[in-house]
Amino acid sequence: MAALSLAALRSQVESDLRGRVTAPFSYRDRNIFEVAPSGILEIDSSVGGLPRGAMTEICGLPGSGRSSLLVSVLASRTENGEVCALVDARDSFDPQTACAAGVDLRQLLWVRCQNIDQALRATDLLIQSGGFGLVAVDLSDLAPKTVRYVPLNAWFRFRRAVEDTPTVLMILDQEANAKNCASLVLRLDAEAVRWSETVKSADCGTLPFCGKKMDAAAQGYSFARLFEGFSVRTEIIRSRMQSSNGLAPAVAAHG
Amino acid sequence: MAFACIYISDFLVQAVVRAQPILRKEAIALIGGAPPLWEVVAANSAALQAGIHLGMTKAQAEEFCRIKIMDRSESQEKAAHAALMDVAWSMSPRVEDTASDIIVLDLQGLESLFGSGENIGRELAERVSKVDLVAHIAIASNIETAIYAARGFSGVTIIPMGEEARCLSGLPVSVLAITPEILKVLESWGIETFQDLTALPVLQLSERLGQEGVGLHQRAQGVYTRALILAELKVYFEEQMEIDDAVEDLEPLSFLLGRLLDQLCARLEARALAIRAVHVRFDLEPSFEKDCQSLKDETRKKTASKEYVRTLNLPVPTRNSKMLLKLLRLQLQSDPPVAPVQKIIMRVDSAGARTVQNGLFVPAAPDPEKLELTVARLTKLVGDANVGSPELLDTFNPANFRMNRFSFLEDRVAGRSGKLHKEKNVKRFVAAQSSSGKILPTFRAIRPALPITVELREERPVRACLRGAYGEVVASSGPWRSSGDWWQPESWNQDEWDFEVDFSAGHGQRQQNRSVLPQSGIYRVYYDALQRGWFVKGIYD
Repeated sequence: MAALSLAALRSQVESDLRGRVTAPFSYRDRNIFEVAPSGILEIDSSVGGLPRGAMTEICGLPGSGRSSLLVSVLASRTENGEVCALVDARDSFDPQTACAAGVDLRQLLWVRCQNIDQALRATDLLIQSGGFGLVAVDLSDLAPKTVRYVPLNAWFRFRRAVEDTPTVLMILDQEANAKNCASLVLRLDAEAVRWSETVKSADCGTLPFCGKKMDAAAQGYSFARLFEGFSVRTEIIRSRMQSSNGLAPAVAAHG
Repeated sequence: MAFACIYISDFLVQAVVRAQPILRKEAIALIGGAPPLWEVVAANSAALQAGIHLGMTKAQAEEFCRIKIMDRSESQEKAAHAALMDVAWSMSPRVEDTASDIIVLDLQGLESLFGSGENIGRELAERVSKVDLVAHIAIASNIETAIYAARGFSGVTIIPMGEEARCLSGLPVSVLAITPEILKVLESWGIETFQDLTALPVLQLSERLGQEGVGLHQRAQGVYTRALILAELKVYFEEQMEIDDAVEDLEPLSFLLGRLLDQLCARLEARALAIRAVHVRFDLEPSFEKDCQSLKDETRKKTASKEYVRTLNLPVPTRNSKMLLKLLRLQLQSDPPVAPVQKIIMRVDSAGARTVQNGLFVPAAPDPEKLELTVARLTKLVGDANVGSPELLDTFNPANFRMNRFSFLEDRVAGRSGKLHKEKNVKRFVAAQSSSGKILPTFRAIRPALPITVELREERPVRACLRGAYGEVVASSGPWRSSGDWWQPESWNQDEWDFEVDFSAGHGQRQQNRSVLPQSGIYRVYYDALQRGWFVKGIYD
């Protein structure tokens, strides 16, 4: 009798939630995600990629390589034909370097905000709109104190909004603020800077402007070198991602 | 061969009521003519039953307290007639524009599409009701019989071939389009119905009324035939609405806009078309005081009426009136009209409806209609110039990009063959970058550029001061000079440098507050020769 009433109750709940919840009594493992490649081999090999339908938080100080990672992900997604959106809280995105890195700018919706309030509202609108392969929210130029004051329910709302969608939600900030709403948290740190020396000895090069032979005195001049790049150390702060065989990656990536 | 006639009874009243369906059940009299000689030019059956008759002066009509007196609107009549023509063309390509309230269609070949005559009649009535008109439909074997049946009988009437005379026999002779003089003569003879007219001998009728009498006899018998005069197909969709009391608030205005959009969408649907652009024009109420304020510094000449014109371009053709209304509302919220609205004129550009063929392996993309709404909301939030996709300009100018309207769908539809080469290069570059395991250092712009103090020693930067903090320039690269547009006010002349600055020592006047100190890193700095100062353009991140 009890079993019968339980079955009736179950069917009653299922019928009441029809259209809102697909299967209210079936267990779903929320830690298994479809992943999108980030475009960086080291990160993809260690965490598998960026989780779709979940929030990824990239934190680090200015100059730590967050924008480079963002542009790499944008290039990877637009190359795949996906439409991406970038919410730029302080209008700091540079389209020229992004284009040089392979971002298809025609498939990028860039929202240039002036403050965090605009950025959060724009993010809400974009996530609710749906269909984006990547929604990136760049809060990294805002003061950490300002981002810290974003209520936790805002992050929770974002997480819920992207759940069960193919969208990668990527937050860039200086500190990890989304707490357990983020399924993947990476911290970036810049390491050694690489400068190219165009001349190694007195007679093996020419001056860039006049074409004259470089002499010993030209060594060390700033026009005789170029900024090549810098190394980035990536640390996995939190990862709720499980591969299909249930193993969690736990290897730090060094870019 | 069969013909269908669509007849709109009380057309003038229906044309006005069409924009305000709430008035459909009320007794309405329309006044027209030159002031002050206004007179009643049309009235619906409820008003006629209440005692209104045509030709009554406005003052006399106003004595009836339950009658709503309205102005005749020629623009709305034109729009209603155009809507009626759209309905007719949606059914048949052979249409005659008989009168403003009468349309005749050739039904040849339509049986295979719609079935029997009854089905065609019902379909016609349904389509007419979608454009907010109530029609009487008649189908007969000849044009004139169809017209008289539509004018004489309500609803859908089917007259079988050979039974025209019997079916029309009960109709009054006033249904025939005859002159008042002949009607008076017939009345004096005691001729009231078609049956009475057909009973008269043709020869004697010819002797008294001439050829017109013979024609009337044939028409009353339902045997008169003539060729269909084909109307020229028009693709012009416009709806207008004149408002008695000018509207200032957005809520009632959007309600009226919604009505017009619904009507236009119904017309386009009838023609299997969709909307590509919406042009809205408001005639604004002239306001002397407001004009004087707004034209304080220019001219104080008072304009007769002001206009508010806006165009809404859509990335993909649509017939979703709710979505269009939301877009219009967002546009009006961000840029409202300066005075109350007296008249609304809405015109749409039509295009073929969008056909979508999705593929299994095509990545998901935002729904174009939803995306347009989202972009409109974002525009309202951050401003028009701050939403879109960037496009690089072919220049060395520091402002080397512009914002374009975001329309990924157009790019997908349009061929990319012209940019294929560039894309291949980019892909090759990305592939090489990925395989080498290096990330291309990305530049992060600071807008507007921050002033910085740079200390040079032997023409080499050694120290920099940013936001009051001093840092050692560990390494630098530059200068890389660029200049251009010297003939324009926006000329530039810059020496760019890449500085690796170490602020960690924390020298400076504000070292007590370390949180505001700039971060050590690689900055792009330039010396502006025009402003004679150093500025930080951004940081490599």
